[in-house]
Amino acid sequence: MKSNTSLMRPGRGRKRTAAFFIAVSVLVILALISLFPLALVVINSFKSHTQIMLNPFSWPTSFSFENYTYTWKIGKFGEGFVNSIKLTSSAIITGVLCSSTMGYVLATRRVKTWRPLTLYFLLATTVPLQMFMLPLYSSFVDLHLMGNVYAVGIAIAAWNLPMPIFLMRTYFLKVPYELEEAARIDGANTFHVLTRVIMPIVSPGIITVACIIGLFSWNEYLLTTTLLQSEDNFTATLKFLNLNGTFSRDFSVIMAGAVIMIIPMVVVFLLLQKRFIEGMANGAVKG
Amino acid sequence: MKTRKKKDVRESKLPYHLLSLPAVLLSGSIVLIPAIQTIFSSFTKWNGISKTKVWIGLQNYKELFHDWIFWKSLTNNIKWTLLFITVPVIVAMLASVLIAYYRIGHKTFQAIYLVPYLLAPTTNAIIWLNIIFSPSAGLVGFLQRAGWISITSPLGNMSTALLGVAMVDIWHYWGFLTVIFLAALRQTPMDQLESAQLDGANGWRLFFHIYLPNILPTVSLMMVLIVIYSFMTYDYIYLLTMGGPAHSTEVLSTYTYSLAFSAFKFGKAAAVSLSMGLIGSVAAFFYTWLSRKEAVE
Repeated sequence: MKSNTSLMRPGRGRKRTAAFFIAVSVLVILALISLFPLALVVINSFKSHTQIMLNPFSWPTSFSFENYTYTWKIGKFGEGFVNSIKLTSSAIITGVLCSSTMGYVLATRRVKTWRPLTLYFLLATTVPLQMFMLPLYSSFVDLHLMGNVYAVGIAIAAWNLPMPIFLMRTYFLKVPYELEEAARIDGANTFHVLTRVIMPIVSPGIITVACIIGLFSWNEYLLTTTLLQSEDNFTATLKFLNLNGTFSRDFSVIMAGAVIMIIPMVVVFLLLQKRFIEGMANGAVKG
Repeated sequence: MKTRKKKDVRESKLPYHLLSLPAVLLSGSIVLIPAIQTIFSSFTKWNGISKTKVWIGLQNYKELFHDWIFWKSLTNNIKWTLLFITVPVIVAMLASVLIAYYRIGHKTFQAIYLVPYLLAPTTNAIIWLNIIFSPSAGLVGFLQRAGWISITSPLGNMSTALLGVAMVDIWHYWGFLTVIFLAALRQTPMDQLESAQLDGANGWRLFFHIYLPNILPTVSLMMVLIVIYSFMTYDYIYLLTMGGPAHSTEVLSTYTYSLAFSAFKFGKAAAVSLSMGLIGSVAAFFYTWLSRKEAVE
């Protein structure tokens, strides 16, 4: 992404006007709308079921983590997070391998197949999951892959492949050609060029792509709910859904469960914020 | 972007074909071949379990033509599309232009708006079902008991259920658009902005003459993607209402799912999903056309 500072400049002298305060208010109201349901969840996660029923806006009387430890145990979140990590790792490894190799082929255009492949993956962006989910379900049954979190991770990576490919392609395009040429003159073959020269340069791009694939597969619902059908291989999201089904009468458990789902995502996002935002922006911004 | 010249003619093509293999094999086996199987299944009567598929020609499609749930679903998908190409786009444009114009709290607001987008649909749906829409513990129930306004959960009412679901999905989605628009606004050429300011252009003129033309390619690309995704939408609808009450929030994807996994009519389900695919491919045509300049030329 271009790092010009146009965003920084036009604001000069625009502060402390009425319009400025209206603008800030609009942005703050939007922020409150985004956070309002989540803030309510956090507040209520420290309360008992009856306290929540009485008034969802009352402040908690005590801040103990009892709700959390109870919910973690009863919802089997430990098992759920392990499954989520397995599924997400499998999706990331598959997705990064396939998108970086294909991204390189599409960026260098040294073989004529780049054109049909580009068109295929552009079209694949628009294929609804339902178009291939039914036969995939039958194949998973036939191959005894139902409930296999690694296999489901690979399927999720396949479904979400086009975007990472085009994202990787933009990173490969930024690699100076001269660098590659110099390595070739020194006698390196294509695989050496790719692994020793190019991969180290595009590694920020690989981390970005991994973040985006990770986000999609961690949160994925339709494929996981279809292909994982016994409780012991449920991912964290399905464990939480299951908890909502069986404990819908106990609001404090649901609230604590929601916080358990929110915290890891927000922490990971804050740590890798730059990568996430770069990935989203580069995946969609033309130019 | 650089175009690369084919300098070394003797360079072997084989490594590049080998490098294409992982993605081709993965997408071919999990997306392409099953998609072709779905096209075939849509002309058959099949329960999804038995080995035999009975060829019935266009029967599934004829049934769909007289199936009111199918038309209801299609109508809902169109309503959904209209909601999503307006509401979140306008809100995101407003937020991103305000941030860019007044250069305030760029990183903070962006991060806050993005939080709902990062959370799983299951998490967001459960949160809204319990703390907002629930008549006993949610905001709706609280307002009801307080007696200020008579309010019920929009999800329980046939005329408002779709809006209720869309509200949750838009709440989760618009922050993502804001991030994209902000990134596009960043590429607004400095000289254009400066000369407009020297000319004394006000906020509106700046928006319509500088900002909007500059981010228009990104906005139109996002609108096409929104159309594509609107015809595929599933998660929030299924999690919040399961297509109900009385099919009032049924969309093509939820209908496909219930046909296949509740009614075991895999053939008919395939026909519905194929119609989704056909609509998607029309949108895909525009998508390819818009991204062609970037990816192909």
